[in-house]
Amino acid sequence: MPSLPISHTDLFQQVVASFRDVLEQSGRPVPETIDEQTILFGKGAPLDSLALVTMIVDLEQRLEEEYGITLTLADERAMSQRNSPFRTIRSLVDYLERLIAEESGRD
Amino acid sequence: MTERTVVLITGTSRGIGRFLVEHFLQRGALVEGCARNLVEWELPGYTHHQVDVSNEGQVRAMLSAIQRRHGRLDIAINNAGIAAMNHALLTPAETASRILDVNVLGSFLVCREAAKLMRRRNYGRIVNFSTIAVPLRLEGEALYAAAKSAIEMLTRVLAREFAPFGITVNAIGPTPIETDLIRGVPQEKLQHIIDSLAIRRFGTFADVANVIDFFVNPASDYITGQVIYLGGGG
Repeated sequence: MPSLPISHTDLFQQVVASFRDVLEQSGRPVPETIDEQTILFGKGAPLDSLALVTMIVDLEQRLEEEYGITLTLADERAMSQRNSPFRTIRSLVDYLERLIAEESGRD
Repeated sequence: MTERTVVLITGTSRGIGRFLVEHFLQRGALVEGCARNLVEWELPGYTHHQVDVSNEGQVRAMLSAIQRRHGRLDIAINNAGIAAMNHALLTPAETASRILDVNVLGSFLVCREAAKLMRRRNYGRIVNFSTIAVPLRLEGEALYAAAKSAIEMLTRVLAREFAPFGITVNAIGPTPIETDLIRGVPQEKLQHIIDSLAIRRFGTFADVANVIDFFVNPASDYITGQVIYLGGGG
């Protein structure tokens, strides 16, 4: 795989920052620890669908503004409980890496 | 970030789009516009983008440029559209597909990307373009009217989806106005449309601007998901 314009750690941090922002803006409690296993969306998750949409768009804009990475994080599975790439922090970071790799390969 | 209102208008090379550029510039706004081609005119406060609205990458790039340049987007007007007058039995699939792409997909993509910028300030006004051909069910305009019907439904559903972000989405349905869009329509056909209206005359650019001014007024924050037809033809 060619090297990506953003490291795994930075990507993880961007996702966490975005998650934290959305929780704070919508007045939801921010968990003490946020790690790769943290559930974002689905049963028992802190984000409702509107908050998830806000977070995804926020992430798109962060990646573009801070790293010049242009992605459209639209996905038909977004709102699906089982296969959503937005289910956990880890699944989202994996999904982003895959998309960024695809985009980089295209240039 | 600029203090001035930033307006995006699609399809600015001529007709209503071109008129609206000047309309908003006169009101002190900064106007960003696009068309498939470059334009031969320049106006202070206007920035042109050569964009096919049905191309996702191009729409995305245009909205990113607006964000970088102005840091905000207040108003988006989805004026770009194409029509084709033809009997359904003689309409090629390629034409059908192009009409749907530019009108429906184009409006959708601009709405989606515009809303992403607007939500940052929790404020936005989106105006889409329907047509009197929808309520009048005009023969010879099956695909055009179908595409515009889709835009009406898009307007109503997006009004709900975007409301939590402070964004209103409405549509205007103009009557025939003397522009290039209707150049190929026979006089007799146009007269038939005019005769079906409550107010029997051609529409004007000013009629369109009047409805748009109402929709984009900051005080219209309780007006969304609506379609207003000119001439009382709806």
